Amino acid sequence: MDEQVIIEFSDFSFQYYSQAEPTLHEINLKIHRGEKVLIVGPSGSGKSTLGHCINGLIPFSYKGAITGSLTIKGEDTQKKDIYELSKWVGTVLQDSDGQFVGLTAGEDIAFALENDNIPPEVMHERVRKVAEMVEMHYLLTSSPFELSGGQKQRTSLAGVMVDDVDILLFDEPLANLDPATGKTAIEIIDDIHQNSGKTILIIEHRLEDVLHRHVDRILVMKDGRIIADRDAHTLVSSDILVETGIREPLYVTALKYAGVDVSPEISPGYITTLKAEVTQTALTEWQDKIQSPPAKPKKPIILSLEDVHFSYDGIHPILQDINFDIQEGEIVSLVGKNGAGKSTLSKLICGFEKLDRGIIRYYGEDIKDKTIKERAEIIGVVLQNPNQMISKSLIFDEIALGLRFRDVPEEEIQERVEKVLKVCGLSPFRSWPISALSYGQKKRVTIASILVLGPRILILDEPTAGQDFRHYTEIMEFLEAINQLGVTIILITHDMHLMLEYSPRAIVLAGGRIVGDTAASVVLTNDAIIEKANLKETSLFNLAQMSHIPDGTRFVQRFIDYDRSVRHQ
Amino acid sequence: MTVKMKLFSYNLMDTFIHHLSGLTKLICFLFLTFAVMYSYDIRVILAITAFSIFLLLKSKIKFRQIRTMVLYVLIFILTNAIISFFFSPEMGVEIYGTRHDICKLYGRFYLTQEQLFYSLTKMVKYASVVPLGMIFLLTTNPSEFASSLNRVGTPYKASYAVALTLRYFPDIQRDYRDISQAQQARGLDLSRKAKFISRVKNSLLIVIPLIFSSLDRIELISNAMDLRGFGKGKSRTWYTAKKFNRQDILALTVSALIFIGSICVSVFINHSRFYNPFI
Amino acid sequence: MKGIFKVTTKTIVAAGIGAALFALLFMYVKIPSWVPETSFQTAYGLSALIGTLFGPIAAGLAAFIGHAISDAVQYGSPWWSWVIASGVASFIYGFAFKRTKVEEGVFGIKDILTFNVIQIIGNVIAWIGVAPVLDILIYAEPVELVFTQGAVAALLNSISAGVIGTLLLIAYALTRTKKGSLSKEA
Repeated sequence: MDEQVIIEFSDFSFQYYSQAEPTLHEINLKIHRGEKVLIVGPSGSGKSTLGHCINGLIPFSYKGAITGSLTIKGEDTQKKDIYELSKWVGTVLQDSDGQFVGLTAGEDIAFALENDNIPPEVMHERVRKVAEMVEMHYLLTSSPFELSGGQKQRTSLAGVMVDDVDILLFDEPLANLDPATGKTAIEIIDDIHQNSGKTILIIEHRLEDVLHRHVDRILVMKDGRIIADRDAHTLVSSDILVETGIREPLYVTALKYAGVDVSPEISPGYITTLKAEVTQTALTEWQDKIQSPPAKPKKPIILSLEDVHFSYDGIHPILQDINFDIQEGEIVSLVGKNGAGKSTLSKLICGFEKLDRGIIRYYGEDIKDKTIKERAEIIGVVLQNPNQMISKSLIFDEIALGLRFRDVPEEEIQERVEKVLKVCGLSPFRSWPISALSYGQKKRVTIASILVLGPRILILDEPTAGQDFRHYTEIMEFLEAINQLGVTIILITHDMHLMLEYSPRAIVLAGGRIVGDTAASVVLTNDAIIEKANLKETSLFNLAQMSHIPDGTRFVQRFIDYDRSVRHQ
Repeated sequence: MTVKMKLFSYNLMDTFIHHLSGLTKLICFLFLTFAVMYSYDIRVILAITAFSIFLLLKSKIKFRQIRTMVLYVLIFILTNAIISFFFSPEMGVEIYGTRHDICKLYGRFYLTQEQLFYSLTKMVKYASVVPLGMIFLLTTNPSEFASSLNRVGTPYKASYAVALTLRYFPDIQRDYRDISQAQQARGLDLSRKAKFISRVKNSLLIVIPLIFSSLDRIELISNAMDLRGFGKGKSRTWYTAKKFNRQDILALTVSALIFIGSICVSVFINHSRFYNPFI
Repeated sequence: MKGIFKVTTKTIVAAGIGAALFALLFMYVKIPSWVPETSFQTAYGLSALIGTLFGPIAAGLAAFIGHAISDAVQYGSPWWSWVIASGVASFIYGFAFKRTKVEEGVFGIKDILTFNVIQIIGNVIAWIGVAPVLDILIYAEPVELVFTQGAVAALLNSISAGVIGTLLLIAYALTRTKKGSLSKEA
């Protein structure tokens, strides 16, 4: 046996008992000690299942039929239980709230030690040491409600490293983080890799964000098979990403638009390694050819906030001096880090909370006297998790609910629901139970159940959270179609792609104040705003700078315009 | 956020009660509540009540922290006294074996000294538990609950269920608020006086999304716990477990003595759980 | 008994999360009944669901912890006799675990009957047996009073567990519908 191979799959297949087809097909894979491997693939490709096989959740929690073999450190995992495997493989799950079981960070880090019956004194010492490695040592007594998403994730990481595992497995580590925190997370993982020499596996579909730092190999999964296994440079130079439905790095898309031959020779795997001197001319010529779309005619102002102030307790202000106007038919992103006041702002607009001061106007009229129910007929809000909105088992009933509450006659309900079903592309499923729908379809049902009330403004909280590129595109194109019908859309998000591609304008909140209200291309190229709102500058801007294009912001805007025209052809 | 995010408004303060270990406080709480639960001797109960109010003052708990609780308890005690009088107006006579009528109220209802004394004893008895509970809840770090339960003999898995409840209650409370606001926007009217059936239906519109989205969480959390070795041993240790110091030993001794004293009063002096001033 | 008392990590998590839900529903989501000062507690519908999906240990713990916490938050101290009775009732609901086909997506007439017979037995034992006896033993309450209260509680809680529990289980069964077993309509 090769000492250097730490994980080895041989003709490994797996089928969940509840599924008709195997989820993994004849996987053959060797991972070497100390390697850093990224596993990408669209949802349903089997990448999470592969992770479950490595950490032992399969077959411990999820039963199914296994053929072939999987060995870790030379031992057959079928003969090991999850507890033995957890000493070798530490798993950091994507949902840091689910993984954070302790009442404080310290307790959570100690969790595995507690289960090993380590005496409290020894435990405190080890917890403090490992917490220092991820800079959480000064927050050990903090509860999860006092910690940010990034701090919770670092707690989780410390909680698995406390066991000195050989392999660290990250299951979608970026899914719930804002761009800046995601960037830091990738840096922390890389530092651990450099300093400890542990084997690192990252399962993630956000390729560009992981490639902020070097990875040794990238595995691409599709339909339960590994269809590619190569380094970053060769991978982004190929067509595999586009074919499997994984978003390629934005700067690579820009290079391709500009007609550059993206090949391993120009080291395009990471923005930092790209040989920009080769691509400079092509990019400059390309950007000069792009026509800006004609400015849109001014439309009436549908929503305006004037001097809005709010606090929960009268002491700590949550929102201050909020002023903005939104025109009919706009798509606006509301961005800012967690706790900046985005959700509170949407609650104020919907009437869930009352303003301390200021005015909210709808077509110029103050709406302070409208009840929650009345506001819902002009402004609809869609929660992030569709499961938190769905209370009926049939699609039709779910969508009709709001109308039934309003005692609308049954024939009219029939007619209005049918119409919305059609708009939302749900007509073929009208008699299906909601549980049989995919996440994206459920999302549509919740949007439909709000649209049926005829609101002119729709506020959506992270509409594409956790979705792969295909589902993201589906949801966003659906929202664009709704927007074409005249519905004004406000997106609460920290997805930078979403901002760039779908919302021409972004309102940026930080510390309860507006720190930016301008084009997405300006926001994502402005250092001050990026810093305040925990964003990250787009790689397009880096590309422009590396190519000595003088106006980086203009380059980004040109890219957006061009990209939009390509998508709409 | 003013919305109460944690179950108990625990604040770390510098009093000797706060410094006691959670385990000590749990055991003392059990000793003292069992002492008053067992005894029907108003003298014993009043003594313990006085002691616990003294502790309440010592632990610097502010009245506004416990205002609602006090109100609830008062309503409960009064209702209980009145209802139990209507059900068994002769309970006092039965217990104490004598009869001193004060006056006739209505039909078979006579007000007797025995009934008054029984009711009074019971009211004091119920009221006396409350300051003890409040001290325990408001001065114990929630992190110490589970380990203390385990150390007084509760199986560690059951103790951990309590820790999980304390951990996830605020999350679930936040979900509840979001869901109920979203449903109100769709037109759900919670204040409406309606028939039983429609009230059931309306409550389901909040309960179903709340429960079903929480069920999704169960699988996730149990995976996370399995992956870090929960349940592999016959026992586990606790990060938050504190060692006993002199003050802990003192507190334990005092409350054990009170408990034993209360039993002794019943056994050797009253020869019953009841103190009988009528003979 | 087909291992309905087996304690896995999932049982414990279901108990912990169940208790948090139980406490929340017990405090906030109740439907006033026609008997003054009492209400239908939707929480018993929840513990019936937990019992049927995760077994007696999970449901018993969830109700015991949840009820104790909600009493403690509201009154400063749990009313032990009733807290224990809540635990016992919900523990018995758990005997419906593995006796219905709810996990396979079916909760039909036969399952509804099984479930309701079990929950009624549970409520009778808990509220007409355990709670009054403990009230007498611990608190020396009048016998007639506690048995009348017990009978009312048994009735109300059977209706809560029966109506809310059954509806929750039907809704749950519908979420278990297999994907791919449906066809689109034109």
